[in-house]
Amino acid sequence: MSALLEVRALRKRFGGVVATDDVTIDVREGEIHALIGPNGAGKTSLIAQLSGSLLPDSGTIRFAGDDVTRLVQHARVARGLARSYQITRLFRSFTALDNLAIAVQARSGSSLRFWRPVVRETALADAARALLDEVGLGARGDVPAAALSHGEQRALEVGLALATRPRLLLLDEPMAGTGPEESARMVELIERVRAKTTVLLVEHDVDAVFRLADRVSVLVNGRVIASGEPDAVRDDPEVIGAYLGDEVHR
Amino acid sequence: MAAPVPPAAQSAAPPRRAAGVAGVALLAVAAIVYPFAMKALDAEFYVSVASRMMVYAIAATSLNLILGYGGLVSFGHAAFLGIGAYTVGILITEGVTSGWIGIPAAMLLAALVAVPIGAVSLRTRGVYFIMITLAFAQMLFYLVNSIKAYGGDEGLNIRVRSAFGFGLNLKDDLTFYFVVLVCLAGTLLLVHRIMGSRFGRIVLAMRDDDVRAEALGVPTFRYKLVLFVIGAALGGLAGALMVNQQNYVNPNVLHWTQSGTLMVMVILGGVGSLWGGVVGAFALLVLEEVVAAYTVHWQFWVGWVLLAIVLYAPKGLVGLLRRAAEREGAAK
Repeated sequence: MSALLEVRALRKRFGGVVATDDVTIDVREGEIHALIGPNGAGKTSLIAQLSGSLLPDSGTIRFAGDDVTRLVQHARVARGLARSYQITRLFRSFTALDNLAIAVQARSGSSLRFWRPVVRETALADAARALLDEVGLGARGDVPAAALSHGEQRALEVGLALATRPRLLLLDEPMAGTGPEESARMVELIERVRAKTTVLLVEHDVDAVFRLADRVSVLVNGRVIASGEPDAVRDDPEVIGAYLGDEVHR
Repeated sequence: MAAPVPPAAQSAAPPRRAAGVAGVALLAVAAIVYPFAMKALDAEFYVSVASRMMVYAIAATSLNLILGYGGLVSFGHAAFLGIGAYTVGILITEGVTSGWIGIPAAMLLAALVAVPIGAVSLRTRGVYFIMITLAFAQMLFYLVNSIKAYGGDEGLNIRVRSAFGFGLNLKDDLTFYFVVLVCLAGTLLLVHRIMGSRFGRIVLAMRDDDVRAEALGVPTFRYKLVLFVIGAALGGLAGALMVNQQNYVNPNVLHWTQSGTLMVMVILGGVGSLWGGVVGAFALLVLEEVVAAYTVHWQFWVGWVLLAIVLYAPKGLVGLLRRAAEREGAAK
């Protein structure tokens, strides 16, 4: 059976730096696939190419059987390929609830409606309210996004991506900058999300990765040096040498 | 944009909403009574002064849609005024005097020209967007300068103003006043409804973070282009009225200084607020009149006012008024 996302021989260079070097990855339907690697390994560049904000120099990206290598970002979202951001990107002047309502509306298409007041569209608000509960911000709907705590903003960040009803969710370091308690809550959220969508998780928090992931790929200097079951990857000598070191072998 | 953005989706509390409706009704009554009062006072000159201000208010509001709500700092908006003005001017010169044809044609042509300009400019952002819109406007400025058949750099006089039938002719100052008033009211209503609609919410979201909007599946380029074209069409409307006001149009309508004046109006009045264009246009033109009575160097003093606004009231005069009203309300 073919995978939901098939990345084949993807390459991207910026001047003399090879950000993505012959990357081949499969993400199977229903799994949480983690992508780990040291800083500067090219994780974020890879996410940008998968989501469509950056075009690769060569190689192909197939999603749900179709070649999407050259497809623009918003068209990929419409097919169910959505991403979250490592550095929180919210609509800061809107409330948490309205952030989600915007995302729901964006997904429903047909937003070229110029006359009818959007505040009267209860369907949007209802869907946004449900998402708000799902990401654990049920009581914080009326708070402007800019005024939420960092952990809450991270949760809303994931909520925005979820609002697009993705088949594959690209999560770019959802735990970035969060404390232990907030991280634990994020792990719970991702556990809940997996019932509905496939996840490609880029994360630094190795403990969280090995707790959540069905499979793990390790990216070093733009190359995938290992890919497979968490236990196998953890024991791979090349991975230990290049990245994990004694971080998990205490 | 560096300026702090007001909460875009304030829940309209009922009392505030009622106060808003009452305020608009009061303003409408005042606007209707005004010309008759001026006539009674034998000060008819001030009727056409008010008309001129309202035409500028339409122009500034149309720019505010793009610059204020859209966060797209277009420095070439005068081009669309110029297209509107020349469309009506040329049609009248060729014998087509009906306003029912002239004004829609002006808006349509401004919108059509905005499509390629927007399609190119909106691929850039920041300073590049400012410069490229400016460049397009200057290209049109030189183009109009070179069209000798319609006056070239000397401009184009029109013998008659647009006619609307039913005995309505813009030659009459009172009629012109009310036509402009209706156009202004229509523009404000349109902007209000657009910004409260689905489309408007996406526009405001893009102003906050257009990269994120794209990542949620919004074809952001298309949205910006539609917004740009609507703003241009309304600019064309202002231009069409302007040529009727002055019986004359020359290439300076398209000059970049005119774009600058419109930007000053928007910043003075309130970037991204419904009444910002109106308040800014009135304030600048009044300021100009008052200061010019004392000194020929009025621009120097107006500059200081603008500086004060930018530094101390980034939401413009509308923001100041709103804050004052809220303080009043809190004191009660």
